[in-house]
Amino acid sequence: MVSTLMYVALSAILFVIGILGVTLRKSALMVFMSVELMLNAANLTLVAFANQWKSVDAQVMVFFVITVAAAEVAVGLALLVMIFKRKKTTDIDLMNTLRG
Amino acid sequence: MDVLLFGIPAVVAIIGAIAMLLSRNAVHSALYLLLNFAAISVLYLLLQAPFLFATQLIVYAGAIIVLFLFVVMLLGAERDEDTPHANPWQNRGAIVGGVLLLVELCLLYVYNPGTIPVAVDMDNAFAAPAEIAKALFTTHLLPFEIASFVLLTALIGVVVLHQRRS
Repeated sequence: MVSTLMYVALSAILFVIGILGVTLRKSALMVFMSVELMLNAANLTLVAFANQWKSVDAQVMVFFVITVAAAEVAVGLALLVMIFKRKKTTDIDLMNTLRG
Repeated sequence: MDVLLFGIPAVVAIIGAIAMLLSRNAVHSALYLLLNFAAISVLYLLLQAPFLFATQLIVYAGAIIVLFLFVVMLLGAERDEDTPHANPWQNRGAIVGGVLLLVELCLLYVYNPGTIPVAVDMDNAFAAPAEIAKALFTTHLLPFEIASFVLLTALIGVVVLHQRRS
């Protein structure tokens, strides 16, 4: 039998890989993809516990997370395209106009 | 059999994530991310979430990955990170932090050996799409409406961002 903890461990590993992607990569596109990976890991935990307690509410919450992720990606990539038009780069270290 | 059904998608998901992290080309990264999303959707099916399986494939593997690929190819930003980080300690700090998180996970696993089994029982359809619709349109009706508003706001925001200034 596969215990719920196995799913939680898998999602923790995926979450750590996502954190490494956010901190190690320099392209804003790659940072975005890593954030999506982290959202997926959190979703997997929610679905695993929904299955353990036989509750449908967590799955509804995952549905909302997917909705918000779609909206976030649309707006974020639109902003990225605007920044690229102005600065000709997706390097996050160069996006420091607001820095004090 | 259960372990095999769980293990193959889990290994594929981890391989996809690591390949996404290590790939130098952003197009390859997006495709490895697609592999990861597909493997996770198989795990949703194992966890008796057929509705989320379909949603994951349509929204993540369909819409979001296509959007990523479209933007990467539009910008021509496949290889845009030849220079190192501005902060020289960032890479080392990231790896140390990742290893610490994994050690913490192992400690959790050692001190809390969970033996709660997941019943793979497809007849017990507690999360059939009809049940999810019932929950969505009764208990969670207000968040559902707010979600539609969020999507509308994102749509208008993107259009406003990209209109031509005359």
